[in-house]
Amino acid sequence: MCLGIPGRVVDVHREQDILMGKVDFGGVTKSICLECTPQVQPGEYVIVHVGFALQVIDEARAQDVFRFLVQMGETDEFALAEGVSPMSGGAYQNAPDGETPP
Amino acid sequence: MSKLPNFHSLACPAPLPPGERVLLGHGSGGRLTAQLIQQLFLPAFANDILCALEDQATLDLHHLGVAGRAGAEPRLAFTTDSFVVRPLFFPGGDIGRLAVHGTVNDLAVGGATPLFLSAAFILEEGLPLADLRRIVASMREACADAGVQLVTGDTKVVDRGKCDGAFITTSGIGVVPPGRNLALHNVRPGDCILVSGTIGDHGIAIMSQREGLEFETALQSDTAPLHDLSHTMLESCPSIRWMRDPTRGGLSGTLNELAAAAHAGVVIDEAAIPIRPEVQAACEMLGLDPLYVANEGKLVAVAPTEASEQLLDVMRRHPLGRNAARIGEVRGDHPGLVVIRSAFGGERIAPLLTGEQLPRIC
Amino acid sequence: MRYQTEYRDPAAARRLLEAIRAITTRPWTLMEVCGGQTHAIVKYGLDELLPAEIDLVHGPGCPVCVTPIELIDKAVALAARADVIFCSYGDMLRVPGSSRDLLSVKASGGNVRIVYSPLDCLQIAEQNPRHLVVFFAVGFETTAPANALAVQQARRRGLDNFAVLVSHVLVPPAMQAILASPDNRVQGFLAAGHVCTVMGWSDYEPLSEQYRVPIVVTGFEPVDILDGIFRCVSLLEQGGHGVENRYTRAVRREGNPAARRLIAEVFEVTDRMWRGIGTIPQSGFRLRPEWSPYDAERRFTFEPLRNPEAEACLSGLILQGRCKPTDCAAFGGSCTPDHPLGATMVSAEGACAAYFRYRQSRQHQTA
Repeated sequence: MCLGIPGRVVDVHREQDILMGKVDFGGVTKSICLECTPQVQPGEYVIVHVGFALQVIDEARAQDVFRFLVQMGETDEFALAEGVSPMSGGAYQNAPDGETPP
Repeated sequence: MSKLPNFHSLACPAPLPPGERVLLGHGSGGRLTAQLIQQLFLPAFANDILCALEDQATLDLHHLGVAGRAGAEPRLAFTTDSFVVRPLFFPGGDIGRLAVHGTVNDLAVGGATPLFLSAAFILEEGLPLADLRRIVASMREACADAGVQLVTGDTKVVDRGKCDGAFITTSGIGVVPPGRNLALHNVRPGDCILVSGTIGDHGIAIMSQREGLEFETALQSDTAPLHDLSHTMLESCPSIRWMRDPTRGGLSGTLNELAAAAHAGVVIDEAAIPIRPEVQAACEMLGLDPLYVANEGKLVAVAPTEASEQLLDVMRRHPLGRNAARIGEVRGDHPGLVVIRSAFGGERIAPLLTGEQLPRIC
Repeated sequence: MRYQTEYRDPAAARRLLEAIRAITTRPWTLMEVCGGQTHAIVKYGLDELLPAEIDLVHGPGCPVCVTPIELIDKAVALAARADVIFCSYGDMLRVPGSSRDLLSVKASGGNVRIVYSPLDCLQIAEQNPRHLVVFFAVGFETTAPANALAVQQARRRGLDNFAVLVSHVLVPPAMQAILASPDNRVQGFLAAGHVCTVMGWSDYEPLSEQYRVPIVVTGFEPVDILDGIFRCVSLLEQGGHGVENRYTRAVRREGNPAARRLIAEVFEVTDRMWRGIGTIPQSGFRLRPEWSPYDAERRFTFEPLRNPEAEACLSGLILQGRCKPTDCAAFGGSCTPDHPLGATMVSAEGACAAYFRYRQSRQHQTA
């Protein structure tokens, strides 16, 4: 139950007292409900599912997997990157420490 | 060890076995349509011409009592089509324009020069005359563009609520030059498959107006008459085996028809299929597969592989073929199946959908 | 499309595949519990590209498949009423109940409409004051905030001609049921990324601890899925477990608090019947009592279920990954996509329907 796609918020406004926004999905735009992402600003990206924005995309974290691939390439070691233990939650090196447990 | 199976379908899920009523899926160009044709229409009207299941019937003139050796005479191409599009007026066109183009194209893909059209209108009581005038004006313009004449017609009116504003049924006549014989049975393993441009434009343009799914886009229907493009292609490459316009059922519908009727396998390189970013975006948003979305100004051609470069060159010089691409080939293995190769090297089957493709959330 | 195209980069995918191949030394069985992830795996042929030791099993991740047959029958009964406009997502229209599906109700004259969002139904209710608009609220936790808001808005706008038929199921209890089964073969999970976008991942921590399985929160694009598989296999190869988030651009540990508040205001947890599996305790949502005027099941009475599921159907075992479709005697014979006996053949993302088409291709290849 998962078809959520990324889109860019173009504007934010209220319609019938609900927070709504025009979201651009790469050339087509649709009116989307922003009640679950009340802090979102125009220009930010959201994940949209059944006409609702579920989360604002964390643009910094969006690069995590690519940074990880680069590190893998540098060490040429496909096993766990150095300093990463199996118990760490997420274990992206050099990523901003945030919600993932240490 | 066997893994998850190799398939791809957005028809979720399959319907019940045939019941007592016509379903929307019977008109979708998928498996239900094929069943209706095979089980209802063909047995009723059985003849060799109908059973070839081409987009047009090509008739030897000696059938009409015209003298001359069969095979050296030009032949008559004859087709029929009906148009029930909703809304009547959409970005890029209207039902009238669509009706002329659609009929012309059915003739064109058989290698015929389109000449004459008929049009029968079923109108809903209450349709504004201004709308009808717009439709008719549009048809006049489309006929002039295509060099065809609308020479006979009919009009009926039904009670309010019994049809969606207007339905148009057409038939078309054209001439196939001697020696030209496009047919599914010409297709050979090793042949290349070309498409004349971006897929899914028409269906998405229509969907953007559909109540409940509306979205904003600059996308327009690609409705266009293809007779000049097909003529140019055939003049430069007489060895083209077969052509078709992928309307309802989309590109996949046409490829599946090819695979089934030619008893051949079809392999398509997904990355090679031309698609506009906005169509891709709309499909992602609604959960649709562009392979199954209707086109109204594109054609698919099968030709010997050695002809593909020259043919692509010719197509790309034509205004309606600018984005032409070679998308795949015909193979001897897995006959009847259309296989799509992803950019990752994985393969999946593109089956004939059973019914309508529905937007999904899952 | 930004935040999508880059996660479909074949070069990055190949790199991850090489990595997976390099670290895999033993057979592993992984399960994903999300129709959207299965769809991507099959669409991009990722399962074919993984090393043979890795068996990717599809779990009960399709809410369409697991909606109980009784609910489909109720939906059909409501949709057939002249005073009802029945609204649904497209996926649900072809699911057969005990005798028919919503699409055939439409063909018989029922007012059945496809909607993109639950909010669309409110507009339909406003425009049709003499009809009752019923929305088939099917889904995992991902869809619950939208449904909750629709119900709240109905009250705020004074719409008494709107109701929801609720079929919400929750992922963690399903995973628990699978893990608790004595025949369980699943050793690691990919957790559904968008469910976690809403709910966070803390519910998975006790499961991971109790059963000592790695659970990796994974996205939906090919690079996301391969990355999730890589982490899961890494943990397994190291003998580790724990919950890891690899869908970091969209998931935080606490999920989306605004969405969770919305859900908590309107829904409460309840036992739910999963088609093909049975009742799993505390595995679904229902409307809280104060919202009962909007509950379609309480506004109408329904006839009891007429035809129980076919006995030959093994979809329950298949949904739990305990047997393959080809193990079922009815598979391909009395049970095919055109006349399905159970949930997993009904949905195109169900394992049986998928195997049926794959087997079709295999037959052609050997013919």
